Amino acid sequence: MSVSEARGIVIVGAGHAGGACAAFLRQYGFAGPVTLVGEEPVPPYQRPPLSKAWLKGEADAASLALRPESFYAESAITLRLSTRVERIDRAAKAVALQGGETLPYDRLILATGRRARRIPLPGADLDGVLELRTAADADRLKAALASPGRTLAVIGGGYIGLEAAASARALGAEAVVIEKEPRVLARVACETLSTFFQAYHRQKGVSFELGAGVDAVEGRDGRAVGVRLSDGRLIEADAVLIGVGAVANDELAKDAGLECDNGIVVDLLGRTADPAVYAIGDCTRRPLPHYDRIGHLESVPNALEQAKQVASDITGRAPPPPEVPWFWSDQYDLKLQIAGLPHDATQTVIRGDPAPTLGAARFAVFHLTADDRVQAVEAINAAPEFMAGRQLIASRKSVAPSRLRDMSLSMKEVAA
Amino acid sequence: MPTIIYIDHQGTERPTEVKTGLTVMEGAIKHNIPGIDADCGGACACATCHVYVDAAWTDKVGKPSAMEESMLDFAEGVEPNSRLSCQIKVTDDLDGLRVTTPETQH
Repeated sequence: MSVSEARGIVIVGAGHAGGACAAFLRQYGFAGPVTLVGEEPVPPYQRPPLSKAWLKGEADAASLALRPESFYAESAITLRLSTRVERIDRAAKAVALQGGETLPYDRLILATGRRARRIPLPGADLDGVLELRTAADADRLKAALASPGRTLAVIGGGYIGLEAAASARALGAEAVVIEKEPRVLARVACETLSTFFQAYHRQKGVSFELGAGVDAVEGRDGRAVGVRLSDGRLIEADAVLIGVGAVANDELAKDAGLECDNGIVVDLLGRTADPAVYAIGDCTRRPLPHYDRIGHLESVPNALEQAKQVASDITGRAPPPPEVPWFWSDQYDLKLQIAGLPHDATQTVIRGDPAPTLGAARFAVFHLTADDRVQAVEAINAAPEFMAGRQLIASRKSVAPSRLRDMSLSMKEVAA
Repeated sequence: MPTIIYIDHQGTERPTEVKTGLTVMEGAIKHNIPGIDADCGGACACATCHVYVDAAWTDKVGKPSAMEESMLDFAEGVEPNSRLSCQIKVTDDLDGLRVTTPETQH
């Protein structure tokens, strides 16, 4: 199918997925109008550094930007920043902007992302209670940690919380991570990894309250001063970061009658049931071809993969080959790389020593099905294990756990 | 500003001015050069910014780190002159550098 009509393409959401999709459309030769509408006041930027290099002051706005601002004008991509879309009118093929203006489209691409999950917590509206999703959020967090001797309390021991705690330590602040589960990363990593990260962070001076309920954020004169735990103790803090997951911004799609289920439901070309409407990135719920199910992926690789799927479909190009989902996180000198998802895995195989040795940690955890197929790998400072694991997941080849465990074999030999 | 010449797998050359201090990968992404994906944004975590460094430039560009080498080990179509472009910092010495992108990064 090709789109040449004059209305062109409207992309709602100027994040990584939306920005990349506009760029791919031009790379793939789409010559019609492209309009990128975003709520934030800045052009598309990379979010992963916000809890890492950006927070630590090691990245500037130019390096955060997905493309230089001049790129959009040079590529005839109309940027509509600080602009909110109110409604999609699928019958008229137009979106209504806040303020009354309407933008007609031939193809609409929803790239609305996710937003930080809010929890009903007394005191959550106090000054100094923060979330971390946007560059503006990150700037507030950075400012809150700017003067010496600050303490950051993090509610939620997920990636955002742990990365923020690591960055806070690098800035010289104290950090306390409060998690309601008995271990950090409970939803997103295996127990070996949780144990490892807790020990590593403790050695770096982070303290943990695990299996801890939170009753309220306590304040004085409108400012947060600490987190009241369910057992009555007060964890004193100058800033409180709430990082308890994210929810899909799928309301626009839902209100327009498109199927949503904790995300906008799309196929492997990013298509919704309406042939004129696509969705990409964090806001979607999509098929996971290697796992025979659907799910959502919150990651840059997923945003780029779906951006390519949609740009390919619109320009009549062959779709990109399906990718094994993957994720990464940087904390201190640790590079965590995860490939795949542990669906249907019944056994884990540890390669290397998961001891939290400062400066020398290196191991990987493989998750296998009962018939020895690798479904996922979690690798700490172990690039060969990650890369070979990705290939094994894609190839569906079975591999003997004893070989995976055997450090005298290189991963090249194991995967061969 | 140094000029980096990005060459795609079909031989099309795209001479591009890249600020010193940026990486060869960042130069490509910021100018929408096709063929470099850089899924991880330069964290040496994905090997989707693989390039072939022109023979005349391999010494000047230098050798990959151990981390980069182990990522490259598993990338597609790796040659002795393969590098991850996120690990090559642009300097004045690299003015005129020629790098070729592979047909696919996955």
